[in-house]
Amino acid sequence: MEKILFGLDTFGDIPANENGELLSDAQALRQVVAEGVLADQLGVDIIALGEHHREDFAISSPEMVLAAMAMQTEKIKLSTGVTVLSSDDPVRVFQRFSTLDALSNGRAQVMLGRGSFTESFPLFGFNLNDYDVLFEEKLNLFSQLLTEKPVTWQGTTRAPLQNADVYPKTESGHLDTYVGVGGSPESIIRAARYGLPVMLAIIGGSPERFKPYMRLYEKATEQFQTPVHPVGMHSHGVIAPTDEEARELAWRSIRVSMDRIGRDRGWAPMTRERFENEIENGSYYVGSPTTVAKKIARTIKNLGVKRFDLVYSAGNQTVAEREQTIELYAKEVIPQVRAILAEAAND
Amino acid sequence: MTKQIGIIGAGKLGVVLAQIALQAGYQVQIAGSGSAEKIALTMTVLAPGARIMTSTEVLANNEVIILALPLSKFNQLDAASLAGKLVLDAMNYWWEVDGKRAEFNDPRVGTSELVQNYFKDSNVVKAFNHMGYHDLLDESMVINPTNPMRKAIAVAGDNGQAVAQARQIVTDFGFDALVLDDLNAGLKLQPGVNTFGANLPYEDLQTAILNYDETPFGQEIAKLKLQ
Repeated sequence: MEKILFGLDTFGDIPANENGELLSDAQALRQVVAEGVLADQLGVDIIALGEHHREDFAISSPEMVLAAMAMQTEKIKLSTGVTVLSSDDPVRVFQRFSTLDALSNGRAQVMLGRGSFTESFPLFGFNLNDYDVLFEEKLNLFSQLLTEKPVTWQGTTRAPLQNADVYPKTESGHLDTYVGVGGSPESIIRAARYGLPVMLAIIGGSPERFKPYMRLYEKATEQFQTPVHPVGMHSHGVIAPTDEEARELAWRSIRVSMDRIGRDRGWAPMTRERFENEIENGSYYVGSPTTVAKKIARTIKNLGVKRFDLVYSAGNQTVAEREQTIELYAKEVIPQVRAILAEAAND
Repeated sequence: MTKQIGIIGAGKLGVVLAQIALQAGYQVQIAGSGSAEKIALTMTVLAPGARIMTSTEVLANNEVIILALPLSKFNQLDAASLAGKLVLDAMNYWWEVDGKRAEFNDPRVGTSELVQNYFKDSNVVKAFNHMGYHDLLDESMVINPTNPMRKAIAVAGDNGQAVAQARQIVTDFGFDALVLDDLNAGLKLQPGVNTFGANLPYEDLQTAILNYDETPFGQEIAKLKLQ
């Protein structure tokens, strides 16, 4: 059976201390580095950091944090989730990640996306009306940069390039690149068109509803005659010794964080029923190691994904609570998921 | 006679409504923002059976039309071609997509009333706007017949006959229909009100709507209603 990869994702939420006081952004960033080191020691395959530009999250420059991790880790893949390509410069993105790839001995991965927030547009002087064209054009340029050969390119969103060679080159000749996708079918087709692997952000509702998207991805690769890559997914979760502890912690972390974000968009606060339903049937992986392992295994089986990342740090959890999720995920959940899947494969 | 429905918009919401309508036994015609070709692959895989057309064709061919396009774009449609027809407005103001538009955030006039003003010879009913698109798919009894709890969709309109028709469609789509007083009451289902995002059974949705003034935007609406 093909090896399933397991990752941990964070946006750099601000941890709280025991008294509920928030740490500084700087402390939050150093904590993320420590968590990356911990995940590496515990044998987690990937850590992915998401770029945001808002008060809730300390990470706006994920590759800087990943570079710090690169110096203190051995095996873990250093990824993003996502890098907002629309409001960035594809040439600089390539350079930053090929640099990270060098520093980490080939462990860099970049996940390109449009992001689920829009703060970066006004911040970097882009117009939200150009949302679609910015991503389309920049992904087009980025895919050419991935050849690591001189690029000639012209578009409307940045200056043209004439036979431009971009450095540093990677040692392997290929920078590991994913496209992060929310719920838009168009994004799936776009990733397939560029022959790039897809990572699904499944942040609510039943994960099984994404099953048709898996088929859409395969159909699209057929149509464009591009390679079919394994598909990955990420979802939120909290792990604690017992289901009760995990639920209580998730209620004051994941739920609070979702409500804060939802408020900006006019969404009503989450009801307890909805929260419980996300845990039972939806996209929150919350509970004891056994509960979470069963749920992850079920999702992997039902969807056929080959990579599962747990978004572990939502809201203002304490450092101890965050590290508890990481430890339990690595030491108990991942081995249990592998065991369940191996057993299912033998049936 | 086979029921037929037209959908304008083939994004997340449009695709989900097409899936539900097909499962409910409707013939579905759908148009995206670009060419038919652009959404062909998506529809073939996600909603096989839906017929892909231009928006002009969808508007011309159907007596019932669901609007599931960005709110800022409804006035690009030809109002005359919708005269006398039922228009189900599933759109919401989403500033990140529509840009900052004060008129879409007016506590006096609901966005569906703006839609009605534009399609002046049509009957506009607000429907399928308050539940997230993935909840619509998960909760619809026609998609998920084992769903242990039937959920409700609120509908708001000024024409009794049109509202009755909308109510039937909501029922066909696998939800209870909760009918509000008039189109203006659709304000209570808009972003910023506690019902926005509501995925609730009938009675709980009713309670949520009664308490619409619990949020700041709800309070603004309530204040104007009392004057």
